[in-house]
Amino acid sequence: MKVLVPVKRVIDANIKVRVKADQSGVELNNVKMAMNPFCEIAVEEAIRMKEAGSVEEIIVVAAGPEKSQETLRTGLAMGADRGVLITSDTPLEPLSVAKLLKAVVEKEGTELVLMGKQAIDGDNNQTGQMLSALLGWSLGTFVSTIECNDGGYKVVREVDGGLESVQLTKPSVITVDLRLNEPRYASLPNIMKAKKKQIDYYTPDDLGVDVTPRVHVLKVVEPPPREAGIMVQSAAELVDKLKNEAKVI
Amino acid sequence: MSVLVIAEHDNAEIRAATLNTVTAAQQLGDDIHVLVAGADCAAAANVACQISGVTKVHVADAPEYAHDLVENIAPLIQQLAGDFSHVLAPASTYGKNILPRAAALLDVQQISDITEIQSADTFVRPIYAGNAMATVQSTDAIKLITVRTTAFEAAAETGGSATLEEVAATGDTGLSQFVGQELTRSERPELTTAGIIISGGRGMQSSENFAMLERIADKLGAAVGASRAAVDAGYVPNDYQVGQTGKVVAPDLYIAVGISGAIQHLAGMKDSKVIVAINKDEEAPIFQVADFGWAADLFKAIPEFEAALDDAA
Repeated sequence: MKVLVPVKRVIDANIKVRVKADQSGVELNNVKMAMNPFCEIAVEEAIRMKEAGSVEEIIVVAAGPEKSQETLRTGLAMGADRGVLITSDTPLEPLSVAKLLKAVVEKEGTELVLMGKQAIDGDNNQTGQMLSALLGWSLGTFVSTIECNDGGYKVVREVDGGLESVQLTKPSVITVDLRLNEPRYASLPNIMKAKKKQIDYYTPDDLGVDVTPRVHVLKVVEPPPREAGIMVQSAAELVDKLKNEAKVI
Repeated sequence: MSVLVIAEHDNAEIRAATLNTVTAAQQLGDDIHVLVAGADCAAAANVACQISGVTKVHVADAPEYAHDLVENIAPLIQQLAGDFSHVLAPASTYGKNILPRAAALLDVQQISDITEIQSADTFVRPIYAGNAMATVQSTDAIKLITVRTTAFEAAAETGGSATLEEVAATGDTGLSQFVGQELTRSERPELTTAGIIISGGRGMQSSENFAMLERIADKLGAAVGASRAAVDAGYVPNDYQVGQTGKVVAPDLYIAVGISGAIQHLAGMKDSKVIVAINKDEEAPIFQVADFGWAADLFKAIPEFEAALDDAA
């Protein structure tokens, strides 16, 4: 079985983002970029499935600027077998990405898509759900455990009230949450080997997908800052402030 | 304009997140419909009819809607959406799961997690874990939107007298089956609706030590939360987690105990009205967002805080 793992290039999770002075977006120039952390978890899970013998080939796919190739190389160095890069200078919305991924799934004949539950830039949390709809496949979101079985996959989902188990009939789209696994670091020999792994290039036109944005970003601003607070020295002082000044207890 | 709100419910009661979503809907139009999809959900539908401002409740009562299975509910939303200018769901794990699937079926680019409505097509939403706020304008004919519930007041649970209309079910796709659930049982309020929250971080050091926070929670009628570090360390279950990838909360009072204040955690609580931080590290970033900071060892500070609450009571 082939598994497809979409990966996104985003600002490194440890970097503080800065809004551009002209309010057109956040500053991406000269900022350290990395693979979206949830995508790393999806790649790791695919590799574990391959190690367990339930997957034969792992294809990582990225959609975005040419430089997303670096993100694909990261996935290949972790252990994915080959890459697909869909280059687009137009910013891609979740629905467009879902349409592009659908085209790749159909081209490659994959039966499972493993992906992050959301990217930490747009925080949309949509692409996996949308892809499952376009394919007509079963969907598991916020997944923290995956068990392969005869019919498909038994997944545990992290929902607001606790945990929920669902049996998915394959083929499936599964979006992964933080506690699924701890992604591995790529070793130096594997980073070298990854440079020789195959990457196929497409454009949205090649895949017959119209990626014209439906949503216009009018402006991006910093959130209002919080006023600096005060330090208290004792429990009595804290309780007094909460009761008589803030009036919240 | 008519607005459809997808209700989150347990077949008997309507979940609080639905009420905040109704308030958001009222800013978009005055004909507010609510969809209650479930199995044996007549009770929940009747409760929905009472919500202030709701004009009509569509009830889809069928076995295939029993466990919120997304593959079955999305086609139902698709079938109804054509009559509405906007379809709204809470940005809970429920809404985040089902609405994008319905949006793709409708060929609509959904807008996630809005915190403000500027006009019928223009919304404000946080990006980068709330480190930036984007104002976005949708060009789709129908707007599908998830609503950050902490950004909108809850609509009154009573005062409404909506009409009830049954909707034909769309059938079981058979794509997935519910197996079971382990819900965390608690007598305390839910994190997302609590007026006061006390959260512990890695500094709590063990699962047992959370009992100190629980005692204070019970005195204050508060919910207990945790940072990702405390959840990852196994001190408390995952659904305690407050943060970018856990629950986003905005109570009147948030007390952070032994939490350093990683960006990830701040994203989930920095809109709280009053923030208290108790941490022995004076340099901890949590103090930068706290209204009241107390640099102290929590194992000394928490018992003192508990005693001071008793004294003040």
